Amino acid sequence: MREVDFHGVSSTSLTRSPARMAARRPRVGGRRRWPHADRSFEFGTLAFALGVIAITLVVAGVLFHSSAAARDRYGWSFLWTSTWDPVQLEFGALPFIYGTLATSAIAVAIALPLGLLAAVCLAELLPTRLSDPLAFLIELLVAVPSVVYGLVGVFVLVPIMRSIENAVLPVLGSIPLFAGPVYGIGLLTAGVLLAIMIVPFIVSVSREVLLAVPQSQRDAALALGSTRWETVWHVVVPYARSGILGSVFLALARALGETMAVTMVIGNRPDISASLFAPAHTMAAVLANEFAEADSNLYLSALIDIAFVLFGITIVVNGIARLLIAATTNRATEVRG
Amino acid sequence: MSSNYRRRHLVERIMFGATGLATGFTVGILIFLLGFLVYQGGSSLSLDFFTHLPTPVGEAGGGMANALVGSAKLLFVAALVGIPVGFLGGVYLAEFGQGTLAFSIRYAADVLNGVPSIVIGVTVYGLVVVPLGHFSTLAGGLALGLIMIPVTLRTTEEFLRLVPTSLREGSLALGAPRWVTIVRVVIPAGLRGVTAGVLLSLARVAGETAPLLFTAFGNRFWSEGWLQPTASLPVMIFTYAVSPYDDWHRQAWAAALVLLVLVLGSNVLARLILNRGQGLRRAS
Repeated sequence: MREVDFHGVSSTSLTRSPARMAARRPRVGGRRRWPHADRSFEFGTLAFALGVIAITLVVAGVLFHSSAAARDRYGWSFLWTSTWDPVQLEFGALPFIYGTLATSAIAVAIALPLGLLAAVCLAELLPTRLSDPLAFLIELLVAVPSVVYGLVGVFVLVPIMRSIENAVLPVLGSIPLFAGPVYGIGLLTAGVLLAIMIVPFIVSVSREVLLAVPQSQRDAALALGSTRWETVWHVVVPYARSGILGSVFLALARALGETMAVTMVIGNRPDISASLFAPAHTMAAVLANEFAEADSNLYLSALIDIAFVLFGITIVVNGIARLLIAATTNRATEVRG
Repeated sequence: MSSNYRRRHLVERIMFGATGLATGFTVGILIFLLGFLVYQGGSSLSLDFFTHLPTPVGEAGGGMANALVGSAKLLFVAALVGIPVGFLGGVYLAEFGQGTLAFSIRYAADVLNGVPSIVIGVTVYGLVVVPLGHFSTLAGGLALGLIMIPVTLRTTEEFLRLVPTSLREGSLALGAPRWVTIVRVVIPAGLRGVTAGVLLSLARVAGETAPLLFTAFGNRFWSEGWLQPTASLPVMIFTYAVSPYDDWHRQAWAAALVLLVLVLGSNVLARLILNRGQGLRRAS
C-alpha cells in the first residue's frame, strides 16, 4: 500500500519554485574537473539499488543453507507430515501450513466483501472532500503495529468470540466445523483478527484502482439507463477486476506472514482440527514461539525450513499481486490516453 | 416497468447503505482502537512509566524506560542501515532507472517488502546472532534496517519522480553536469516528499515486534552499548500482554498507547509535511 499513500498529492506540491532553484546556480565546471563524475555517480547509486537484490538473495541463501539439515532428513515429506514433537525430534510442517492457509482464507473471505464495499463507497459515492480524509483514516489503520492489534485481540476480541461461539454451539455444535469445546482463542478468532487487519489494505488499494477507471465507462452506463449501483456493480467493478484481485493478493500476502497478532489469539497448538473453534498454529507463529528456545540443530533447522517455505509462499503471492495491479493501472492509462 | 424500476432503486439503496456500513465499520475500528487504548492505557500511564525500570513480578509501579531507550537505539541503527541504502537506491531508480535492470530492482524491492518480517529476523539471526554468539541491539537494528530499505527505496523514487522534468532541463541547460543537477536541484526539490517517506518507514519499523524476538531479544535492565540484548517497546507489549499478571497487562496497555501515539503521530506528521508544501504552492 505504500505506493498508494500519496497519490492524492499533486506533483507541483512537492517542488519549490523554479525561480528559487535557478538562484542557487549549480557550480559549472564539475565536468572538467571530474570527467567521469556522471558515470561514477550513476554506478555509485546503482550499487546501493542493487543492495535490494543482494538482500533478497542473501535472505533466500541463508534460509536455504541453514535449513539443510531438516531437508536432508525429511525431504519433501516435511511438507505433509503432521507430527511436531521437539522432544522426539520428529518434525512435520503440515499443521502450520494448514493453520496459515486456513486463517488467511477466513481473513480474506471476511475482508474482501467488507473492503470492496467500503472502497466503492469511498471512490464512487462520497465527494472527495469527505472521502480523502476517510481514506487517510483507513490508511492509518495499516500503520497500527500488529502487536497492538494482538493486545486488543487478546482482551477484547477473544471474550467477544467466546460468547459468540458459546451461543452458536448448541445450535450448530453437531457439525464438525463448529464443534466444541470453546476457548475463545483458535482458528476462527485468528482469522477474524487478521480480517480486521487486512481490510484497510483492500480498501486503500481498491479505492485507487476504482478511481483509475475512466469516467467515460460510467457515463456510458448511466446514459444507457443504469442506476448508479448498476453502473458501479456491472461496469466499474468488473473494469477494475484484476486490480481489486491484486489488492486481495497483497492483503493475503500480509495475512500469511502476520505473526504477532495471530500468535496471541490462535492458541499455538500444532493440531489439525475440523473445528473452526479449535486452537491451531501458523508458520509465522511457531517461529515467534519456538525459535529462541530451539535447543538442537535439527529443531532449529526444521524451524528455518518453515521460514523458507513461508518465504517462498509470500514471494509467489506478492509476485501475482504486483502483476495484477500493474496490469489494471496500465490498462486504465491506455484507455485514458 | 414501474415496479421493475422501483425494485432496481430499492437494490441501489440497500447496496449503497451496505457500502456506507462497511466504511463506517472500518473507520469505526480505528476510532475504537484509539478510544480503547486511551481509556485503558491512559489510566496506567504515569511519569514512572517513562523514567523507571520494570519492577519484579508482584511489585507495583515501575516503568519501561529501558524499553523506550532500547527502541530508540534500535531505530537509530535501523536508520543508519536503511536510509542510505534506500535513499541512494531510490535516487538511482528515479534518475537512471530504465530497462530490465531497474525493473528487476523494483521487483526485488516489492518482493522484499512483502517478505514477512519474522523471516528477516530468522535471516539476521543466522547472519549476526550466531557468529556473535549472543543477541544484540546491533542485530535487532540491522533486522529493522533491512525491512526499512525497500520502503525507503520506493518512496524516495516516487517522490523524486514527481519533480518536474523542466527543473532538470533548466539545470542541465545552465551547463551543470547530471550529478550536480541531481544533487543540487532534483534532491532539494523532492526533499519534502523524501523526508515524509523516511518518516513513514521509520514509523513502520518502530512497531515491528516479530524480527526483534530473536535478534534484540529483550532485557529487564538497561542495555549497555550496542552488543547486548535490549528491551524494546513492541516486544515488551507482547511479553506483558501474554503474561498472567494484571499489573503487567496494565503496563502493556500503557506501552501500547505510547507506541500507537508515536506511530500514528509520525504518520500524521508525514502527511502534514506534504500538505504544507501543497498549501505554500497554492499561495504563491
